[in-house]
Amino acid sequence: MAALTDSVFILVVVIDLFLLASSRLNAAIRAVAIQGALLSLLPVLIATSAHHPAHTLLLAGGALLVKAVVIPWLLFRAIREAAIRREMEPIIGFVPSMILGAVGIALAFVFARGLPLPIEEQHAFLVPTSLATVWTGLLLVVARKKAVTQVMGFLVLENGVFVFGLLLTGIMPTMVEAGVLLDLFVAVFVMGIVMFHINREFSSLDTAKLSALKD
Amino acid sequence: MLVFIVVVPLCLAALALAIRDNRARPVVLLAGAVLHALGIAALWVRPPDAAAGGYLALDDLGKLALSATTILFLACAVYAQGYLRRRSDHDNRIFVGGLLVLLSAMTAVGLAQHLGVMWVAIELTTLSTAPLIYFNKNARALEAAWKYLLVCSLGIALALLGTFFLALAGASPDGPRSLFLSDLVASGPLLSKAWVRAGFVFLLVGYGTKMGLAPLHSWKPDAYGEAPGILGALLSGGVTTFAFVALSRVQQVCRAAGEDAFARDALVAMGLLSMAVAAVFMVGQRDFKRMLAWSSVEHMGILSVGLGIGGLAASGAFFHSVGNGLTKGVLFLSAGNIHRAFGSKRVEDVRGAARLLPLSGPLFLAGFLAITGTPPFSPFFSEFMIVNGAFGDGRFVVAGLFLLFLAVIFVGMGATVLKLVQGDPSAPRQPDTQDTWLSAGPPLALLLLVLLLGLFLPREVARLFASAAALVVGS
Amino acid sequence: MTSMILRAVFQVGLLLLLPPLLLGVVNRVKALFGGRKGVPLLQLYYDLAKLLRKGTVYSRTTTWVFRAGPIAGVAAVVTAGLLVAVAGERAVVAFAGDFILFAYLLGLARFFTALAALDTGSSFEGMGAAREVTFASLAEPALFLALVVLARATGALSLSGMLGPGLAGAWGHAAPALVLAAIALFVVALAENSRIPVDDPNTHLELTMIHEVMVLDHSGPDLALILYGASLKFFLFGALFTRVVLGFRFESFLAAEAVFVAGLFGFAALVGVVESVMARLRLVRVPQLLVGASVLSVFGLVLLLR
Repeated sequence: MAALTDSVFILVVVIDLFLLASSRLNAAIRAVAIQGALLSLLPVLIATSAHHPAHTLLLAGGALLVKAVVIPWLLFRAIREAAIRREMEPIIGFVPSMILGAVGIALAFVFARGLPLPIEEQHAFLVPTSLATVWTGLLLVVARKKAVTQVMGFLVLENGVFVFGLLLTGIMPTMVEAGVLLDLFVAVFVMGIVMFHINREFSSLDTAKLSALKD
Repeated sequence: MLVFIVVVPLCLAALALAIRDNRARPVVLLAGAVLHALGIAALWVRPPDAAAGGYLALDDLGKLALSATTILFLACAVYAQGYLRRRSDHDNRIFVGGLLVLLSAMTAVGLAQHLGVMWVAIELTTLSTAPLIYFNKNARALEAAWKYLLVCSLGIALALLGTFFLALAGASPDGPRSLFLSDLVASGPLLSKAWVRAGFVFLLVGYGTKMGLAPLHSWKPDAYGEAPGILGALLSGGVTTFAFVALSRVQQVCRAAGEDAFARDALVAMGLLSMAVAAVFMVGQRDFKRMLAWSSVEHMGILSVGLGIGGLAASGAFFHSVGNGLTKGVLFLSAGNIHRAFGSKRVEDVRGAARLLPLSGPLFLAGFLAITGTPPFSPFFSEFMIVNGAFGDGRFVVAGLFLLFLAVIFVGMGATVLKLVQGDPSAPRQPDTQDTWLSAGPPLALLLLVLLLGLFLPREVARLFASAAALVVGS
Repeated sequence: MTSMILRAVFQVGLLLLLPPLLLGVVNRVKALFGGRKGVPLLQLYYDLAKLLRKGTVYSRTTTWVFRAGPIAGVAAVVTAGLLVAVAGERAVVAFAGDFILFAYLLGLARFFTALAALDTGSSFEGMGAAREVTFASLAEPALFLALVVLARATGALSLSGMLGPGLAGAWGHAAPALVLAAIALFVVALAENSRIPVDDPNTHLELTMIHEVMVLDHSGPDLALILYGASLKFFLFGALFTRVVLGFRFESFLAAEAVFVAGLFGFAALVGVVESVMARLRLVRVPQLLVGASVLSVFGLVLLLR
């Protein structure tokens, strides 16, 4: 079971690297969906006897629904409406993004070594995976021009935070976790609506066009 | 009662979204503001017990933030009656609904005793206000709304990670294993120091983004510049105050865990940086609403410096948060009036506002004097307390820089404001934009309150500031 | 002692005789995907025999470099082949750090091929040489990083140690890193052997070629040597990949060799499948692919160093 959990973490990081490298939006959205599906497996894999089975299944099911089904569907609709297929000429190129991502992953492992987990259950790869995914999300938001990719970066960042939250399923009440998932869904929904307006106003989802306001 | 003041605005928001008539919705907004204010007044009269299983409770910090914000919201709701009637061509369903949800979310932040609930409420303030920035429905408003939404959501996501770090700090078998503020503070020394420090960093970045501290302030000029006046007042006077409350709660936990020194140094550094950045960009600003945004960055810096120094300066910071909230109301509402009357927000297009709008023009000038710390308005006394606290603590460099930035900002902002207000009107007034009681009354009332707080601060209220400071940073 | 000499002879024999069959398998798999019957499996042997019987034509602008190119290329690749362990046995030549020699022997072969191409003075060959060398400079770190992951996982510094008995133990405790290294090795194999998605070996448009255009001017026995060298290189990368993936220990020498040959055919079939399923990448995307392979190896290394 531990080997399977470790493989899931490693796969999550490999998907992060793929997202940094890919320019085709279809492939990227599918990769985010797969990452969401993998993350929804994790509560079940990490659960010990101390956790409520109903609670764990609810969290896993909710994460699967929101991260792997609903949000990718919203994103597919957004790119269909805007008729965009690729991210051309990002602010930070694909090869430098990949290299920065790799550096971030290495640093995540280094930092995780300096932050020992104070709880009994030790998952060696959890903190590095979480930090690496947060870093990837930040890179995607900063380095890309298309609004859809920026929303995907936000999603990946939230995925990283979710991974970390798995350590705390014993402490945090269900209400807060449900609130977190709901907030994510509503945030992406609102972003989708704003993207629709951006597309209508500017006839493009390229945020380089959103540069009229300056000091 | 606590649950009442959180839930009632939500129900009224649902009502507002359901009503079809554009002219009936502002009344719902006013009803919500009045009910909320009455609820807060009841809390002053009879202190309530904790509610909702301990997730909501009223302490001194929440009390002062909620009181200031409910007065601000009431003023804005009265202003909205006239404003929405003038803008009756726009559908105000989302506007009214969003404002009421914002009120509920802000109340929840003030009352929250659980860091997770507090986070959810702050996220709700972002989500409920982002669509409202787009009220004017032009390309620049859309750009501002997108930047606001993305940057603040990023910050909030990082704040969630920080909250998780704090929860993990307490997750060892002999730790508190909860995110309740009281539990975390009570078992402070048992928390894992490394995780508390890491958590503080992420929470400072996250809630600092919401406050608009430099270098996380990039959304502020755009958002405040393009939003309608009411929204600007509530964002800069209400939401940032509650983000400051959230940061203070985090500081409470840090102090209990013994990571105080690190946290306070970080707060002072970011505060001074914000003031410096605001000073640089305030000079020669060409859009007076963006100028108010930079003023907001400056004042969040002042609050951060006060909290970081602690003691008397922290009491001054909490006093300042109240004064700042009310004065921002004066500034944004009167700026909105001026914008509407001249048809432009650019400084080069506006001259002689005092002559054209006999109430809003002088109010804008008075608001400028208040916010830059001119006696006898209350911000003077609160900033004086902060500087006093800094000198008393031996932080001469900090106090010196503080005063220097205040001076630069006074000169920079003053040049712009005096240019706007004095002289002969540069253009005839746009039709139907004269000062009425609904449009100029609320900012006037807020200004009188700021003056009153400066001249005759009731001892009860002064004691409230000191006890809030004691709660957060110790006496 | 005799058994050792017999094994060495068997390994060298396998190295020299099997490679053209592997390319035949690749072509047969591609034909299957295309719904055709395809050429016979032993076609490359027949081609080599035919070419050896023919005469050569040398352009007047070429010098001895052009004649030396194919010979030096095959010599370097065969020498490199002596360093690769097959079936968990010790290679014919093995010493600490021999993987560096291996990589640079292959580099030497490429160098001579590129020199011969430049020697013709034709712009097409020069273009091909430039492209080939650019992509090789990106494939080299990827190859080295994958080999470093192997070295770290098995604790050995020679190819025989990396691909030898220590590999089974390494799979026990470092499986994720080895999977990533294997993927990186596969991508490098595709790049170095000019397979789709990096280069199309069946194209006849010179402007789209990378490797094929370098060898346009060779004829007769020279061309036979070039083709044979290419198949040898394919065999070597296949051997690396197969050993990493099928890192078992075997008691019997014959069983180990049988599994190894079967693995090689599997590798050839996999390459055939990849070639049939994917389209060729745009040239600007090839560096991204190779850097991606390097990054995967780096990630594997981070996992091991943790």
